[in-house]
Amino acid sequence: MAAQPTDGKPPGGAPSEDGKPLTGVNVLDFCWVAVGPMTTKYLAEYGATVVRVESAKRPGTLRRAAPFKDGVPGINRSAYFASYNANKMGITVDMRHPRAHELMLRMAKWAHLVTENFTPGTMESWELGFEQLKAVNPGIVLFSTSMMGRGGPMERQPGFGPVLSSLVGLTNLTGWPDRDPVNPYGAYTDFIVPRFAVAAILAGLDRSRRTGEGVHIDMSQLETTLHFSAPVLLDYAVNGREQTRMGNRDPGAAPHGVYPCAGDDRWIALGCFSDAQWEGLQRTVAPDGTGWPYNPDFATFLGRKSHEDELDRLLSGWTTPWEAGALMETFQSAGVPAGVVNDCRDLFDDAQLQHRGHFQWLDHPEIGPYATDASEMVFSLSPGSLDTPAPLLGEHNRHVLQNLIGLSDDEYNSLEEDGVLE
Amino acid sequence: MTGAQGGIDFLLAPYRVLDLTDERGLLAGKILADLGADVVQIEPPGGSPARNIGPFYGDDPRPEKSLYWWAYAANKRSITLDLERTDGRALLEKLVAEADFLFESYDPGYLEKMGLGYERLAVINPKLVMVSITAFGQDGPYSNYQASDIVGMALGGFMYLTGDEDRAPIRISFPHFYLHGGAAGAAAAMLAHTYRVTSGQGQYIDVSCQQAVAKTLAHAPQIWDIEGAILKRMGVYRQTSGENRVRINWPCKDGFVNYMVQGGSVAYSTRALLAWAKEDGLDVADLEAINWEDLGYGAITPELMAQLGGPLGDFFKGHTRAELVQGSLDRRILLFPVATPSALQDHSQLEARGFFKEMDHPELGATVRYPGAFIKSGDGRDIAGLYRRPPLIGEHNVEIYQGELGLSGPEIESLKRNGVI
Repeated sequence: MAAQPTDGKPPGGAPSEDGKPLTGVNVLDFCWVAVGPMTTKYLAEYGATVVRVESAKRPGTLRRAAPFKDGVPGINRSAYFASYNANKMGITVDMRHPRAHELMLRMAKWAHLVTENFTPGTMESWELGFEQLKAVNPGIVLFSTSMMGRGGPMERQPGFGPVLSSLVGLTNLTGWPDRDPVNPYGAYTDFIVPRFAVAAILAGLDRSRRTGEGVHIDMSQLETTLHFSAPVLLDYAVNGREQTRMGNRDPGAAPHGVYPCAGDDRWIALGCFSDAQWEGLQRTVAPDGTGWPYNPDFATFLGRKSHEDELDRLLSGWTTPWEAGALMETFQSAGVPAGVVNDCRDLFDDAQLQHRGHFQWLDHPEIGPYATDASEMVFSLSPGSLDTPAPLLGEHNRHVLQNLIGLSDDEYNSLEEDGVLE
Repeated sequence: MTGAQGGIDFLLAPYRVLDLTDERGLLAGKILADLGADVVQIEPPGGSPARNIGPFYGDDPRPEKSLYWWAYAANKRSITLDLERTDGRALLEKLVAEADFLFESYDPGYLEKMGLGYERLAVINPKLVMVSITAFGQDGPYSNYQASDIVGMALGGFMYLTGDEDRAPIRISFPHFYLHGGAAGAAAAMLAHTYRVTSGQGQYIDVSCQQAVAKTLAHAPQIWDIEGAILKRMGVYRQTSGENRVRINWPCKDGFVNYMVQGGSVAYSTRALLAWAKEDGLDVADLEAINWEDLGYGAITPELMAQLGGPLGDFFKGHTRAELVQGSLDRRILLFPVATPSALQDHSQLEARGFFKEMDHPELGATVRYPGAFIKSGDGRDIAGLYRRPPLIGEHNVEIYQGELGLSGPEIESLKRNGVI
């Protein structure tokens, strides 16, 4: 695919007067699928200049993933890709072309950070391993993340997010005790890793700035995600206990679960961890001070715990006619932790997410306006922002190669004619 | 002002962090501590409420034996400080003057009420990066709501998509809500730090755990936005396209395995599995006759899935998890274990990379195997990791109050007797 012409101006709104946290940080981004792009989306949202390197011959998985505008597949029509690649620029390079290597080394001189999430060894196979990058840019930070990390017998283990949930033990912790375990929704681990990745990358850049010495960060997604169940691992290590799935129960609360509300597949989640919360529930359910909430079996926490099935049954009967949102407000006003089980439409209507500006809409040339999730962090001085839609395939070839790394017209045209930019 | 910890090569060795969080934010400071920062956990006298969260070492529910605390306070130092006391606040202000970062997870408004809001702390130290981690954020309609893990995972949209379709939505049986916010807090701190490096200015960041959870939903929100469809949970299945779904978790003889039937470019995996089933004496001739190579991702219909379920289910039930995992490695089958805690303790890859770290707990006469670093250097060097076992309550009071703030022995004793520390 030929490069889209650009008018030579950088994409994106002008930086705020104070700049963004990462204004001036240049990122050469080889990441694909979800875990890498979510990481570099944070960087782009907070001001880094992120250039994604893609293959026009073999476009990445997310470009081929639903949902598509009007349900029609197309390389620039995936809202999944568009959401995770906002604020980035895109170039296309055929990495197997003999001239790609030199071109990428020129990009590496420009970059402060190179990111990739290929199977270990891929960057080396292109002669773009850390040693080669460091030779042209001694302060460079190379961030590599893979399923299993570099080295070891399983370094090349194939797989993706839903597999990793199983490998890391989260599937084992999710489900009903009388049923088979289920995966946490989607490629869940892909969305745990990026925040660790952002912290580590910026720590690497900080040390590079202080010492002038680059660093190669190797992040195993398995190892990172294990920090989301570290106490479970310790429980086995010291107590020999194999924790497993327990539905919605919690050892520190009763009642604790999800209860039906009015409508199709509508639910409320709640839990009472203290006497005060239980008393709030009693007052809400039985304001006149009589009825099942005052059953002596439920008078103490241990009593509620040992009669939890009965408690759940009675509470479910009581919640069923309620509208979930109204019940959340009613419980909350009585000091009971409760929340609507939001589906994806509810998320767009959720008053708090709206207050935070969680969804931002960007206008994409092929998709039109589309929603993408903004950062969960509100900065007092140097906020991030999502300003430009994800790049079309190869959209910024000319801009990046000429304006950012200074190729002449002749050099650029020759690369294009030679089929390097594909 | 470094913490004299194990790794001078660790990435954040020069920096000092004050950590006022409880279980709602402990992970933020843990991430920076693992990266080498000197993180001082500030606990109320008597210890952090996070120390009451089990499980416990030897099932002995004491604050210094909480494994939850151990997991998320390792590498940190601990001092005690009562923020409700004037002298406690004065000590905190002295610490803030020398700190680079501060994390807190109190209910919105609490620190302002104590006279320790960002406005005040920024006067003491304009370069301070202060991060608040709360369920919903500092303001807005839910900001004063009571939250818990299940409430947050529900409001963040995770639960609706997880669980069996004929039952209520479920959460993960280990709380993740505040961990998502804690990890976001660490990322936020480093973003603000990067800004401080160029501008010389600190700032305040308000992190919402609900938003952090809503960002774990892959393309589910986009499916509503673009297609107007509400994605549903589907138990052991995974949607591949439209009405098509494939089963991903299967019971075996002694547990569960993860296996997705796929064709197209990974048809080899399905063929190898069918060949193995045939060796077992199962009749899979009909399945072998399918042209798997032409079945792309998303092309496996419910009818085909139903046809597969019986023989594959029988095949998996005939083998242990270990047999299936090893056999799949040998035969190039894309099958993976549904790992249990014991399987993770004995994992060849984690072993080879030296992930677990033995830490001495001299106070218990025990050595404990901890999950280790979440990053390494590409050449295998340690640039992050574990170097200090989790602190006892106020273990570093003397070291910090006397050694670093310069209080005298009698002053420390007075503060102790007065209940300030």
